[in-house]
Amino acid sequence: MIVEPIFGMMAEFDTPTDIVVAARRTSEAGYKKIDAYSPFPIEELAEAIGFHHNGVALIALIGGLLGLSGGFMLQWWVSTISYPVNIGGRPFNSWPSFIPVTFEMTILFAGLSAVFGMLVLNGLPMPYHPVFNVPRFVRATEDKFFLIIFSSDPKYDAVQTHAFLESLGARSIAEVPS
Amino acid sequence: MVRPTEVEVGEDKVPVLAPGHTFVSLTDKISNIVLKRPIKLGWVFGFLVAFSVMQGLLFGATYLFLKGVGIWGVNIPVGWGFAIVNFVWWIGIGHAGTLISAILLLLRQSWRNSINRFAEAMTLFAVACAGMFPVLHLGRPWLAYWLFPYPNTMGYWPQFRSPLVWDVFAVSTYFTISLVFWFVGLIPDLATLRDRTDNSLIRFTYGALAMGWRGSARHWARYETAYLLLAGLATPLVLSVHTVVSFDFAIGIVPGWHTTIFPPYFVAGAIYSGFAMVLVLAIPIRRFYDVKDLITDRHLENSAMVMLATGLIVAYGYAMEAFMNWYSGNPYDSFLQWNRLHGPYAPYYLALLFCNIALPQILWIRKFRTNSIWLFLISMDVLVGMWLERFIIVVVSLTRDFTTSAWGMYYPTRWDWAIFMGTLGMFTAAMFLFVRILPMISIFELRTLLPEAEVKHE
Amino acid sequence: MMEEKNGKQHLEAVCPSKKDKLDLETARARIAETKGPEYWRSLEELAGSTEFQEMMHREFPKGASEWADAVSRRGFMKLMGASLAMAGMTACTKQPLEPIVPYVRQPEEVIPGRPMFYASAFSLGGYATPVLVESHMYRPTKIEGNDQHPASQGGTDVFAQASILDIYDPDRSQNITYRGELSTWGAFMAAMEQPLIAQNAANGSGIRVLTGTVSSPTLADQFAQMRARYPQSKWHVYEPVNRDNVIAGARMAFGQPVETIYKLDAADVIVSLDADFLYGGFPGVTRYARDFAKRRNPDSGNMSRMYVIESTPSSTGAKADHHLPVRAVDIEPFAQALASGVSSGSQPMSLKGEQQRYLSAIVKDLQNHRGASVVIAGDHQTPAVHALAHAINQSLGNVGKTVFYTEPVNANPVNQSDSLKDLIADMRAGKVQFLLIAGANPLYDAPADLGFADALQSSNIPLRVHLGLYQDETSQYCHWHLNETHYLESWGDARAYDGTVSIVQPLIAPLYGGKSLYEVMALLAGQSEMTGHEVVKDYWRSKHSGVDFDAFWRKSLHDGWIEGTAFTPRSETAKGAAASSSISSLASNAGDNSLEINFRRDPSIYDGRFANNGWLQELPKPMTKMTWDNPVLVAPAMAQRMGLKSGDLVRLDLNGKNLVAAVWIQAGHPDNSVTTFLGYGRSRAGRVGTGLGFDVYPLRPSATPWFTAGANISKTGGTYLLASTQGYQTMETPNGDSRPLVRTRSLEEYKKEPNFAQDDKPPAELTLYPGYDYKSEPYSWGMTIDLNSCVGCNNCIVACQSENNIPIVGKEQVNKGRHMHWLRVDAYYQGDRDNPKAYFQPVPCMQCENAPCELVCPVGATTHSTEGLNDMIYNRCVGTRYCSNNCPYKVRRFNFFLFQDWETPQYKMMRNPDVTVRSRGVMEKCTYCVQRIAEHRIDAEVADRKIADGELQTACQQSCPANAIVFGNINDPNSEVSKLKANSRNYGLLQDLNTRPRTTYLAEIRNPNPELEAQA
Repeated sequence: MIVEPIFGMMAEFDTPTDIVVAARRTSEAGYKKIDAYSPFPIEELAEAIGFHHNGVALIALIGGLLGLSGGFMLQWWVSTISYPVNIGGRPFNSWPSFIPVTFEMTILFAGLSAVFGMLVLNGLPMPYHPVFNVPRFVRATEDKFFLIIFSSDPKYDAVQTHAFLESLGARSIAEVPS
Repeated sequence: MVRPTEVEVGEDKVPVLAPGHTFVSLTDKISNIVLKRPIKLGWVFGFLVAFSVMQGLLFGATYLFLKGVGIWGVNIPVGWGFAIVNFVWWIGIGHAGTLISAILLLLRQSWRNSINRFAEAMTLFAVACAGMFPVLHLGRPWLAYWLFPYPNTMGYWPQFRSPLVWDVFAVSTYFTISLVFWFVGLIPDLATLRDRTDNSLIRFTYGALAMGWRGSARHWARYETAYLLLAGLATPLVLSVHTVVSFDFAIGIVPGWHTTIFPPYFVAGAIYSGFAMVLVLAIPIRRFYDVKDLITDRHLENSAMVMLATGLIVAYGYAMEAFMNWYSGNPYDSFLQWNRLHGPYAPYYLALLFCNIALPQILWIRKFRTNSIWLFLISMDVLVGMWLERFIIVVVSLTRDFTTSAWGMYYPTRWDWAIFMGTLGMFTAAMFLFVRILPMISIFELRTLLPEAEVKHE
Repeated sequence: MMEEKNGKQHLEAVCPSKKDKLDLETARARIAETKGPEYWRSLEELAGSTEFQEMMHREFPKGASEWADAVSRRGFMKLMGASLAMAGMTACTKQPLEPIVPYVRQPEEVIPGRPMFYASAFSLGGYATPVLVESHMYRPTKIEGNDQHPASQGGTDVFAQASILDIYDPDRSQNITYRGELSTWGAFMAAMEQPLIAQNAANGSGIRVLTGTVSSPTLADQFAQMRARYPQSKWHVYEPVNRDNVIAGARMAFGQPVETIYKLDAADVIVSLDADFLYGGFPGVTRYARDFAKRRNPDSGNMSRMYVIESTPSSTGAKADHHLPVRAVDIEPFAQALASGVSSGSQPMSLKGEQQRYLSAIVKDLQNHRGASVVIAGDHQTPAVHALAHAINQSLGNVGKTVFYTEPVNANPVNQSDSLKDLIADMRAGKVQFLLIAGANPLYDAPADLGFADALQSSNIPLRVHLGLYQDETSQYCHWHLNETHYLESWGDARAYDGTVSIVQPLIAPLYGGKSLYEVMALLAGQSEMTGHEVVKDYWRSKHSGVDFDAFWRKSLHDGWIEGTAFTPRSETAKGAAASSSISSLASNAGDNSLEINFRRDPSIYDGRFANNGWLQELPKPMTKMTWDNPVLVAPAMAQRMGLKSGDLVRLDLNGKNLVAAVWIQAGHPDNSVTTFLGYGRSRAGRVGTGLGFDVYPLRPSATPWFTAGANISKTGGTYLLASTQGYQTMETPNGDSRPLVRTRSLEEYKKEPNFAQDDKPPAELTLYPGYDYKSEPYSWGMTIDLNSCVGCNNCIVACQSENNIPIVGKEQVNKGRHMHWLRVDAYYQGDRDNPKAYFQPVPCMQCENAPCELVCPVGATTHSTEGLNDMIYNRCVGTRYCSNNCPYKVRRFNFFLFQDWETPQYKMMRNPDVTVRSRGVMEKCTYCVQRIAEHRIDAEVADRKIADGELQTACQQSCPANAIVFGNINDPNSEVSKLKANSRNYGLLQDLNTRPRTTYLAEIRNPNPELEAQA
């Protein structure tokens, strides 16, 4: 028989509490390459699988600063360098009048970079992913919670990992083909 | 994400979510409206009506482009008529959506979870309606793109001191941010629909839109940050948008426009009319789609209270305006006030005071706040009132400004009405489509309201 | 209309009609029913329509071979007249519309793009207004005043200004027609041969010529020659707006007709007895306005005082220091009392109340200014009033100082209504064999009770010839219609009010061929086949005594007038008898409460001859600001009694005739009196003028053509849309306070408080910004408008419209508030509605230094030039209209539709090539005539000099008869405008807004009689 390459081993849990506890014990047990799936955000879960920092905020900040400076510089350059005209006797660099546009540009750039930053870091869009091969996984977007230990983890061993997951009180356990 | 416990403690109110729901029942209930529920005759009828009213916009715009803005009632001195009134009105309505989804999120008002989705949709459609008017009202609409700063052979640029340019940036930013905010919120629910349908085409569509979302804890973490950031950005944005819109008038020197109180009082008015529109939509929706257990009386009551509060701010705005017109001793301003009360448009001003200030006061009484019929009527009344407010500000101020010899009157033509009604039709038609093809209530955010969603600490 | 009905029958008599209709009929109908500016649009569609195309592509339209049906034939003519791009489409008949002078060899003096100016003269009612005509590549484009001419000194009136539109009017008759059928000059000459031979035998007893008032020496000479050839031929003169009463009054006083000329700059006290001598149409108005303005300067120390006693509010009355509205019938008794008061020196007590108060004050004032006062009687007042005025002026010793008498300018000073009566009598008696009607339209404007139409029909005149600019009401009753040349197309001459002769020289070869009256008269004067040029030149050669005629001729053409032709004043003594002549029946049998009805020439379209002139139709009338209509004016008190609102329809009854017309409530109109205006309700004016307003001619009695008591008015209950450009005519706001738009004081107050106008002038440092440094620029343009001088003559509006290619929009659009005039003249009434003070205020763009409009334009389509102009960049404008909203003066105008006519080739020729023709959706406004500034700047730079003060004039300034508008460089402290801006009367409109307008006003100072003020 052909042995398919294994992507990892997935355990299913019923409640948010179970998955959080299970995840915490898994990482305590020394598993590094793990992940958990839930139908709604659970703050503790990310902690539990040892995921502490995400770069979204930083990206948004940079975007915001770009929008801020770019927005103002555009108006300043246009009104004083590129094509200065006398408008109702106002000075060329009427900076107070430039504030609204500058502000809007800041928001726009910050917002978009937050969203696209999030998508990129999450590697989305990603049409195919091995976990979708697990039939039960459709419940991951409804009411079930899943924990996966990737085969790439050094401690990964088909038999022991299976036993370990059982010990966590998993509802069902499945090997995830890649 | 907000936990039910944090809001429910020690409150004897109607819960934001009727008891007895589970992850499964919630998911079923909401997703079935989209995936399973057959198309009812009522929906078809309603949609067709809205769609045919929308033709007013199409015919109106076509004729407008052929002939010119002369087909409207605008003239000298009244250079701006229905188009700008409608623009301000629609933009204002949009504000409630962003307020609910962003500000209430920051304020951790968990009850917003069940109404933010369609409130955001409402925002998008309202802003879309609003966005058309500044283009339509141009003398040469085909040159509207000149308002954007792009390098061109003339080497000439927009004039950044003009509030209209600020509008362009504010409105387009507002629309973009609202769109992504709404879409980001949809991603997990789209994944849910993807996983629940057995029709491959629908699965493919929602799947493509969900971009392969799988609910990974890492994703959720980044998602939550981005969502919060968006909320944090949308909050000052939504306040800025109507502020900028109010600058269109505040920057002008026309008596009745040139006043510093406009920004706050425009924003309050926007939220006022916005919540009215939310109620006008929510009340029939929860009835026809039988989601009273998800959009409970609690939501209606809260919205009513927001209306009452913002209504009072608006009232304060009017009072302050009237007071300053007298106190400033400026003859033009004091005449403006006289003209509003005794001039040819006085009936509209009085109607505005009734609709926006007098009638809504009955919301102090709980009975009216919880009675959906009354709420619906009052919301309608507020929508009319806020439209009148913009009419009074835009048109009546212009009819009689400084030079008495140039005073005039404004009479809308049938084309003014056709286009205004047309946008109402477009807005309604869009809502009809929305409730059928997307989850009108955020499923994943409602899940978090369930007791079982709580992580118990040993 | 009655005539119309009979006309049809008669016409069938002239040209037996077949019943089959051509498809032209439909086309004709379609044009016929459209009027106003829309008609171009509809014509456009028509041109696109299949039947029109088909018709044009045949050499002759379908059925041309059987030219039977009169109606369709006229339909075709009309279509010819109407059709745009006609010249392009028909190869056979007409000259091309492009410059007539072939351009193979470019004449030296023509520099493409540079206009040239030719002196000529525009005549109205026989009196010439000397003009300079601007010509771009042989196309006359603009009328300006002839500043060298003693009678004009640079000013014009509205009619002269607007005449440029007439020459290009596509409705003008473009062909000679016989019985409505296309014909030729040759055919006409041939047709004349036999009849003239016959007349030769009969001493011309059958020849009658009917013209309008003629002052042309050449024409007079031609008529003399005609009478020499045909001793019994007759020359009849009739114009509905004639000076019969003036002549009759002169005969009363002097036993012979004389021309009365006033020297207003020598008059300390002016008394007008119903004379509107400051508005276009009054002989010598341009000079009078200028002289009047000269003496209205409060700083000069010799400001004149004017009393106006008048029967309907006029711009002259508005300028009066004391204005007394009385019925026209009450003027004569007033004049009587005034005369006896002045002559006896005693205070007459013959009048009641207000009139007596004014009378005694005026008498006293006049006596204190013997030899420095003038009493002017209105053209329409009774002969007695004129005689009395002569007597008063004489006993005051004004004759020779402020009043001068010369021989009449009118070459044939007969009583015109008698002249017309004679003609009609002869026609009835069948004495007329050959009738030439030239430049008159009696079918429309002859008093109905004379029955000219009937006479023309009943009497069988074998040969009726009509010479006219249009196929009008009269032409349809004449066998021959000769299309007349416009004065800018033909040679001629005419006298100004002081007798000075101007040679009328053509600027362009006739657009549609055509003949001038000189050329037609050549036939009867035995100068057959002589061109107008030859006729005129020969006449003056015969008159010329000096050696070098050609030099004389060239000089006369160049200057625009002939040296030494001005009449020399003669001494006349008014018979005292006239003064004591008893009140004429007209006045005496009018009880105080019997309703008087006045018939006046229309301020815009005169007697109806300008009905097809869109500029004049849309020109707001000075007091009512009414456009496109002639409502009946009623007093506020009367309106209140009858429960009338402006726009209500009333029925006027007079001697069994009646008229239903709309009313307009006019403050300052005398009670128990209504004023109607002639010239409207025309049935064949052209597509602009046909069917507008109400025709009052049928109501007008020949015996008392100007006013008569005993009329009846009754409310019909209907209403009518009236389009006025100024809905709100006072500076008082309804909440009881008042806005300082027109700033005014009495002379006394002004002396006490000279700076009253500047109290709210914001200090220069009142700004957040470092101001733009205009001082360092070579030029900073500015304008002052002296409200004291402005006489509200509307001239600047038309001048601006002509200079800047401003379109007309039509009654409906005006009513919506979309008229396009860059410069408007506001009229404000103040105080007692029965006798208010009235003020005029011309409002162009203020060219604010802190322009609110510029700040709000999102695309920078309106910006500020270094010379301080608020520039409008049409092709950048996207049409947000924000600038207009933010303009406190509301001087910006918006093209809500495609108002401008882009198709008609004639109009393309008319336009000023230096000014962009604006399209739909674009904002426009006064530019201080930036094209003229540019032109002069270029000249100056080429010559390496600065633009001299006064060398550069805006269109409104150039033609202002009163010199009220001054424009120039405010960086030059010695420029006139700088000096005026330094005047203490100088103020900016709404200057408290700190817009820093470049256009400023000089406050209006009135010089009331303390005596009258005290009691008032």
